[in-house]
Amino acid sequence: MAEVERRRTWWWIAAAVVLAALIILFLLKQTHYSPPAAKMTTPAAYNPGQPTADDGQWVMPAKDYASTRFSGLNEINVSNVANLRPEFTFETGINKGHEEAPIVVGGTMFIVTPYPNKVFALDLTKPGAPLKWSFEPKPAPASQGVACCDVVNRGAVYWDGKIIITTLDGVVIALDANSGAQAWRTQLGDINRGETITMAPLVVKGKVLVGDSGGETGVRGWLTALDAGSGKIAWRAYNTGPDKDVLIGPDFHPFYKMDQGTDLGVKTWPPDAWKTGGGTVWGWISYDPELNLIYYGTGNPGPWNADQRPGDNKWTSGIFARDPDTGQAKWFYQLSPHDIHDYDGINEIVLLDLPIGGKVRKVLVRPERNGYVYVIDRATGQVLSADPFAYVNSSKGVDLKTGELQVNPDKVTQVGKTVRDICPSANGAKDWNPSAWSPRTGLLYLPHVNMCMDWQSAEVSYIAGTPYVGAEVVMYGGAGGNRGAFTAWDPVKRRAAWEIKEDLPIWSGALATAGDVVFYGTLDGWFKAVDARNGQLLWQFKTGSGIIGQPVAYKGPDGREYIAIMSGVGGWAGAIVSGNLDPQDPTAALGFVNATQDLKKRTNTGGTLYVFALPPRR
Amino acid sequence: MSSRFRPAVRALLGLVAAAALVGACDRELRDFGSSAPEAGPTIQTTSLTPGPGGQVPPDPRGEIYEKSAAHVSEGGRLFRWYNCNGCHSNGGGGMGPALIDDEWRYGSSIEQIYGTIAEGRPNGMPSFRGKATDEQIWELAAYVRSLGGFTPQASSSRNDEIRSTPPRNQVTPPKPSAEGGASVQGTAP
Repeated sequence: MAEVERRRTWWWIAAAVVLAALIILFLLKQTHYSPPAAKMTTPAAYNPGQPTADDGQWVMPAKDYASTRFSGLNEINVSNVANLRPEFTFETGINKGHEEAPIVVGGTMFIVTPYPNKVFALDLTKPGAPLKWSFEPKPAPASQGVACCDVVNRGAVYWDGKIIITTLDGVVIALDANSGAQAWRTQLGDINRGETITMAPLVVKGKVLVGDSGGETGVRGWLTALDAGSGKIAWRAYNTGPDKDVLIGPDFHPFYKMDQGTDLGVKTWPPDAWKTGGGTVWGWISYDPELNLIYYGTGNPGPWNADQRPGDNKWTSGIFARDPDTGQAKWFYQLSPHDIHDYDGINEIVLLDLPIGGKVRKVLVRPERNGYVYVIDRATGQVLSADPFAYVNSSKGVDLKTGELQVNPDKVTQVGKTVRDICPSANGAKDWNPSAWSPRTGLLYLPHVNMCMDWQSAEVSYIAGTPYVGAEVVMYGGAGGNRGAFTAWDPVKRRAAWEIKEDLPIWSGALATAGDVVFYGTLDGWFKAVDARNGQLLWQFKTGSGIIGQPVAYKGPDGREYIAIMSGVGGWAGAIVSGNLDPQDPTAALGFVNATQDLKKRTNTGGTLYVFALPPRR
Repeated sequence: MSSRFRPAVRALLGLVAAAALVGACDRELRDFGSSAPEAGPTIQTTSLTPGPGGQVPPDPRGEIYEKSAAHVSEGGRLFRWYNCNGCHSNGGGGMGPALIDDEWRYGSSIEQIYGTIAEGRPNGMPSFRGKATDEQIWELAAYVRSLGGFTPQASSSRNDEIRSTPPRNQVTPPKPSAEGGASVQGTAP
């Protein structure tokens, strides 16, 4: 009897020990994220006071200052992503293009919508993530009339207890992240000159960095730094005009001769044309804390009709490196001098330390509208490589000695001439929608398009607050029949590892995770998860509208990993649906409508947040 | 013998044919001296009129402008001159709404289109009063009506741009619901 009792007790103790071990293991997995075996290092992530490799938050649209859009979370991985299911949704009530990235800080998610730029804070600590607060900035309705390609917004940013947003009518607003109360509000743009703001701000060393949109309305592009505490303007750097306006001083050392000289922002234009010359900043900014440099691209020169602006049109369609404290320029590289195809230079800039030529170099990687992936030394501005990631016939390569783009003379646009079959089209081989980098695979995941165009330039007069384009464009799908492509690019081997062909142009961003899963969405609303190593489709979900947003990953207050994406068609690619444009006119929406004639039949407008997770463990 | 007369007969036949062609042309008379009064029309943006009374009668100038090929053609030139095409493309829209479809937020009558151009609209349409003359605004309105397929008889039979669509005088006219009173649809821009 006693023997049996003792044996039972032993059994109970053994069971308890096993159970305890399991619980500890479970807790360890929940709370301790072990960083992946990183093949390459990335500059310090934006971790306000938290030293962990990934705190599970998503405080800025690009995830970190290096703009990797890589989440270290791996609960959702290649082996279980097939079980992903919607956890909750949230309707924004706005039928315009939702390009924004949701922002997650602590137990709250923040969304800023397209015009009218409403801000929603969702409480992730409660079931179904109910609304915590909302804010309506009430931008001027007339601003919708000067926004080139739908009335989008690319996201908010969190900094020191504040949520900072931009509005279409050119305003930057800081809100208290807890209450939604307005902390400050600064007007930067003037819609009567065609200036709007669509980009997500970035906060670097207590300064909010914001640029203007309006490259199609003849604005003068700039980047402005505001004090994040007060909203007061600290500095503004123009991208055209005299050196003193561009904040070019003794520290300015461009690598290539073509970018060297004084007042090139005036001299490379016909008289006064720089005042309406574009060079806007509506894309992405990255920051290297070690070099203390910010990097951002400048938009196309205006007007599109290049005959009206002979010259290199500095400092449009290029990359600036600047000191964030003073705004002073450090170097500049012009990707498309005297742009003749609307190849804005505003895409994302991914900061990586890559082994190139036998040693690790601090580089920036830029998948550019003109069709090349540039690998550039981020300290000096030297181009180390530039390889086409899509079909390109508008140019024949990049001369690494001079830095010059070798423009194809057959594809030069001119008044009185219709130039056909120019590849890539005006929106580029890849537009604003950002790529993601995985340090685990060493691949950059590029969501992009495969499109070409016909172009006819025409004389255009400048009328402030109206379009300043001077070109009729008709776009269509490129060779192969697929209008979109999702390419995994190896910037060291300088070639694609794999590529997925998509029928429709891809206008969504990408997300890479430590679970070796990569996410993106399609214009007709499919949200897809593919294997980061080979591109194999692992899971997909059809959302209510086309996807042009930026997927993010976060760890919820319950410790589980979540994937969030905005659905809501629009943007330049989806303007045919969100603006109800008429495909009878192939030149509509600057020619994009011709390439997406079928889109009205395949999706409808509507803005909704979708959040996915694995089924909870039982 | 007969060969001696042949050139003369040919010439005669040619003359007769030419005369017949000239006679077949009904050349539009242009009134070069006219200029419209500076005052715009009375504009009604809604078809709701409470109580007895009804619709505001159409402005007689509207018909004059929209039935004149010269005015419509000049409107087309001005459509580019004032960068209207920058937003509305060749009628398919872009930054602004389409003009060749059957949706008219602020009404499709020539008076209503005149009003939209002259006064602007709150969701992005700028006001061109004081920028364009009154006659130019009428001409623009007449051209926009032709884009909408309302006035095929006065429209050009060929396109000046790289479109591959039928000329405007062959565009299928919009559904009747879009003609007449205002059809304000939705509150979006």
